[in-house]
Amino acid sequence: MIPHPVSEEGEDGMREPSGFSATTAVTSDRNTAAAAAMRSDGAAAPAEANRAAQRAVATDRDVARNPGQPLNLDWALDVRVNRSAVERRAATLATRRAVKREAQAAWLLHAVRLLDLTTLAGDDTAGRVRRLCGKARQPVRPEILEALGVGDLALRVGAVCVYHNQVATAVAALAGSGIPVCAVSTGFPAGQIPFALRRDQVRASVEAGAAEIDIVIHRPHVLTGRWNQLYDEVAAFKEASGPAAMKTILATGELATLSQVGQASRVCLQAGSDFIKTSTGKEKVNATLPVGLVMVRTMRSYAERSGHSCGFKPAGGIGSAKDAIAWLRLVREELGTEALAPGRLRLGASSVLADIERQLEHHVTGRYSAFRRHPLA
Amino acid sequence: MTTVREALDTLDYVAAPESDAEARAWIAAEGPDFDHWIDGDWRAPRAEERFAVYNPADGVQIASAAQGDAADIAAAVAAAGAALPAWRALSGGDRARHLYALARHVQKQHRLLATLETLDNGKPIRESRDLDIPLAARHFYHHAGWAQLAETELAGLEGVGVCAQIIPWNFPLLMLAWKVAPALAMGNTVVLKPAEHTPLTALRFARLAAEAGLPPGVLNIVTGDGRTGALLVEHPGVDKVAFTGSTDVGRILRQATAGTGKALTLELGGKSPFVVFADADLDSAIEGVVDAIWFNQGQVCCAGSRLLVQENIAEALYDRLRARMESLRVGSPFDKTVDIGAIIAPVQLERIRALCAAGEAEGARCWQPTWAVPQEGWFFPPTLFTDVAPASTIAREEIFGPVLVAMTFRTPDEAVALANDTRYGLAASVWSQDLDTALDVARRIRAGTVWVNCTNQFDAASGFGGYQESGFGREGGREGLWAYLQPRIPWVDVDGATEEVVEPIHAGLPRSVASTNASVSPDPVSPDPASPDPASPIPATSAAGTIPPRIDRTAKMYIGGRQVRPDGGYSSPVVGAGGVVIGHVGLGNRKDVRNAVEAARGAASWGLRSGHSRAQVLYFLGENLDARRTELEARIAASCGCSAVAAIAELDAALDACFTWAAWADKWDGAVHDTPLRGFVAAIHEPLDIVGVVAPDTSPLSALLGLAGPLLATGNRVVLVPSQTNPLVATDLYQVLETSDLPAGVLNLITGARADLAPVLADHDEVDALWFAADSVGDGALAAECERRSAGNLKQTWVLGPGRDWHARDAAFERDRLRHATQVKNIWLPHGV
Repeated sequence: MIPHPVSEEGEDGMREPSGFSATTAVTSDRNTAAAAAMRSDGAAAPAEANRAAQRAVATDRDVARNPGQPLNLDWALDVRVNRSAVERRAATLATRRAVKREAQAAWLLHAVRLLDLTTLAGDDTAGRVRRLCGKARQPVRPEILEALGVGDLALRVGAVCVYHNQVATAVAALAGSGIPVCAVSTGFPAGQIPFALRRDQVRASVEAGAAEIDIVIHRPHVLTGRWNQLYDEVAAFKEASGPAAMKTILATGELATLSQVGQASRVCLQAGSDFIKTSTGKEKVNATLPVGLVMVRTMRSYAERSGHSCGFKPAGGIGSAKDAIAWLRLVREELGTEALAPGRLRLGASSVLADIERQLEHHVTGRYSAFRRHPLA
Repeated sequence: MTTVREALDTLDYVAAPESDAEARAWIAAEGPDFDHWIDGDWRAPRAEERFAVYNPADGVQIASAAQGDAADIAAAVAAAGAALPAWRALSGGDRARHLYALARHVQKQHRLLATLETLDNGKPIRESRDLDIPLAARHFYHHAGWAQLAETELAGLEGVGVCAQIIPWNFPLLMLAWKVAPALAMGNTVVLKPAEHTPLTALRFARLAAEAGLPPGVLNIVTGDGRTGALLVEHPGVDKVAFTGSTDVGRILRQATAGTGKALTLELGGKSPFVVFADADLDSAIEGVVDAIWFNQGQVCCAGSRLLVQENIAEALYDRLRARMESLRVGSPFDKTVDIGAIIAPVQLERIRALCAAGEAEGARCWQPTWAVPQEGWFFPPTLFTDVAPASTIAREEIFGPVLVAMTFRTPDEAVALANDTRYGLAASVWSQDLDTALDVARRIRAGTVWVNCTNQFDAASGFGGYQESGFGREGGREGLWAYLQPRIPWVDVDGATEEVVEPIHAGLPRSVASTNASVSPDPVSPDPASPDPASPIPATSAAGTIPPRIDRTAKMYIGGRQVRPDGGYSSPVVGAGGVVIGHVGLGNRKDVRNAVEAARGAASWGLRSGHSRAQVLYFLGENLDARRTELEARIAASCGCSAVAAIAELDAALDACFTWAAWADKWDGAVHDTPLRGFVAAIHEPLDIVGVVAPDTSPLSALLGLAGPLLATGNRVVLVPSQTNPLVATDLYQVLETSDLPAGVLNLITGARADLAPVLADHDEVDALWFAADSVGDGALAAECERRSAGNLKQTWVLGPGRDWHARDAAFERDRLRHATQVKNIWLPHGV
């Protein structure tokens, strides 16, 4: 068995739940190296050096940090997206890259690391949130991990994602686990409240212990082309986030076109978004592969321009293990293996874990599993 | 064996092999030494000669197939011929059921066919599974529909007969479907020869067809190499030849079928441009390149192999492309994680290597990914050449491998010029998010298929086929049916006569030719010895006394809108009724043809005019013709020796032709095909461009306009050799043409001996098509010679048998002419906001 190059426990041990102690300088060095390595993801015989580099970064939990750039509207709006071609690429990703057997099990385990395990409901109580945090600490039954040969993995999810009022509960429940708490903010999900309230909500959640903030953009700014205002607001939220990582939800299901998704992505990246995220999960249409394709391509373009590789979070509608693998595949194909690190990719989902557990058990036993065999989230 | 831990450490792809067990089991069960499939059963080759069939992924022999010889071909053609009457006699509905069953069986055996194809061909299982086999099934479904509709939608037409079909190794089963489905649907029977590298799916399909209940003899499969193909094409029992393959072999087949009367369609090579404008969705364009040149290892006739990039984005695009190439995966075609499989055979691998070496020797910059391809089997890495000049070998030669050559352009005009800078014209891909740019360039590229913001899209409802040296004929859609149809009551044909008439028509003018005009059906303007001597155009001395002689008129050529003297300086007397010399006519030579084609080349704007505008000219031509009718009628009567009544009828028919073709000018619409694409597939009728016409001797005016009319109406420019027995009727037309706003060079008339002029037209590489209207069976040899010579640039030829009635309105004949005057370009226009 090959020893794990980056010890998960060791890393956990160094970090507090709200820990984003890695310096920006280190991160950006790595990001630059990652951008270079992105091109050399060889298929038949990748250089061993690259392989080693990939191992080091693919488990990296340090969240991508993006200092942002002054708004350059010429660049931000110079987006051309052909929907049919994007859809064709999205549709053929799966047929070009089958992920089966050991790879499938491995990718599903990795998907667990990427999960922003989420509960965002009106009836969320402290009890419900604590139960979710318990699942976050031990997302897959230990005997399954043992059977997969990775019993020492200390597998845990990427973050637990809750409303502001549940942040304190979650922080307490996750104490010592190394799992950050993520708060949705800025009038999530619609963002239709005054700007000051939205900004203050970010501050309040950070003060309550949220290490990650998921903001929503004010969709009318995009729909009516008020790009400067969009930039200013997102930049203000970033400032309010302080040490917390900020994920910017574009709510793409409420934007007009794929080109507009690309434009909004560019503006939000320039405004300093550490991650861009597809959806709140509350729009009629949430994360779709074509939308994701446009967003990750925008991130690539931004990285080429700024030197900053940001993070991506598809969210909403990721209900099955197959969906999770589809998103990993898309990111790996378009951005490279290092973009699969938990610091750069998260999956926003509430129910997918149950299906992942079932698939993992199937891999172990060869029998189809039942939901009731896996602890509730 | 990779462990989960290892897979988790690297997050690499792990080989996901599809099983080839079923395919191998079938080979073992029915092979591995395969016979031909003739008359509904296996038939051992008479000579017991076989050739090896290999798996390109490891170079190991997997089967052997029979090498067909003359006896095998004879047996197969005989079986197809014997099955023809009953198959043809079936109702369209009954044939539809057979085709439907074939479609269903292809679907039911999808997996076996896909794995067998990949085993035999080396293409990735993803492609055989997701593209080749589903598209093959789709072709049978679509054509089941055409069979069902045959009696109503294709009334008055029937199958051509026994079809010889020769298909290539790059899409073995799909090409079989493209050939077999329309042929069977239209009531033909088939002898098909698959490529020697890939005979297995065709043989499996033969078994499948039997399982589906197809009657014996309707479909026969004979395997073998090029020798077998040649024997098949030459067999006299074959009525039609359809070929997909290289342009060189296409040329040989054109020569082999010349003068035999066998219908011919050719789908040949290409060097298709992939044009990327700065305002394209560049990330999508990169994926388009992957689909264009790394689909099927680049072994695709319509592969987008010439990347034309707007200069200001070229380096950035090349960088992205190189990054994308690094993440392509080459390997076992059965692995469901690879993009590129194996090259078909060592000989092809050698050709690719040689052309790449030539590219480097000529100074182009070669780039390949850092990783290595498998050493076992026949693999070649994806390759990009930059710094390529249009003059370099790799920019002109079809490589038929995963090799892309890139060049830059500055303007849309230059993009079009570079795109069209090729002998071929099979396909093109245009990438721009600007509607105006994309559509304008799509219209101006000379290719049978243009994909806008997509590439390598195919569907049974849309025709596929080439312009220029990429061949002629279409496969798919309504336009594809014509390759397998003929009028139910065929015209008197020249082919039956070619075996008897061996000596070419005597060169020279003019009467001696008419004497061979024996078998022609009664023509209203043929010389009629019994009729009274008509009025001579040159009045003799009248009873009232002497009148001064008419001023001598010199009949010249009509080239570039001007009357010019023949280059050779020779004239020849024209003998009218009663043996009287009624004038002299210039004897055209090859230089006159050259000048006329040059003039036609300069008149390209005719094809860009609206149909309405062309109609105006044709109507005006009719108007001016009518104004001069007395003079022309007299000329017709004097020249043809026909009655005044007959001369009037001839002029009326000519006038009617002007109006008919003016009427058609804005009505020969294209179509919008119903394909699975979200968007439009616009089938546009485009002119062939420059068409040579050899007019018949009879009906000298109405046939001239009946031939030139449809060509002009549809935007072609014409170089026409008028009736050689009645040339003065044509030369009298010059002044009518000059007064009718016909732009210079659009219609050029060269008088003289057709035996001299027709071969020059057939040879001329700038001439895109040749129509040869035979007068008599005696013209067969000349027609055959023209067909043979047409192989030079693979121009389309159309030999019209003698006996046509140029005075009657005939809907089928009119549409036939329109079809022959145009070629279908399918423009794929996806949309989506």
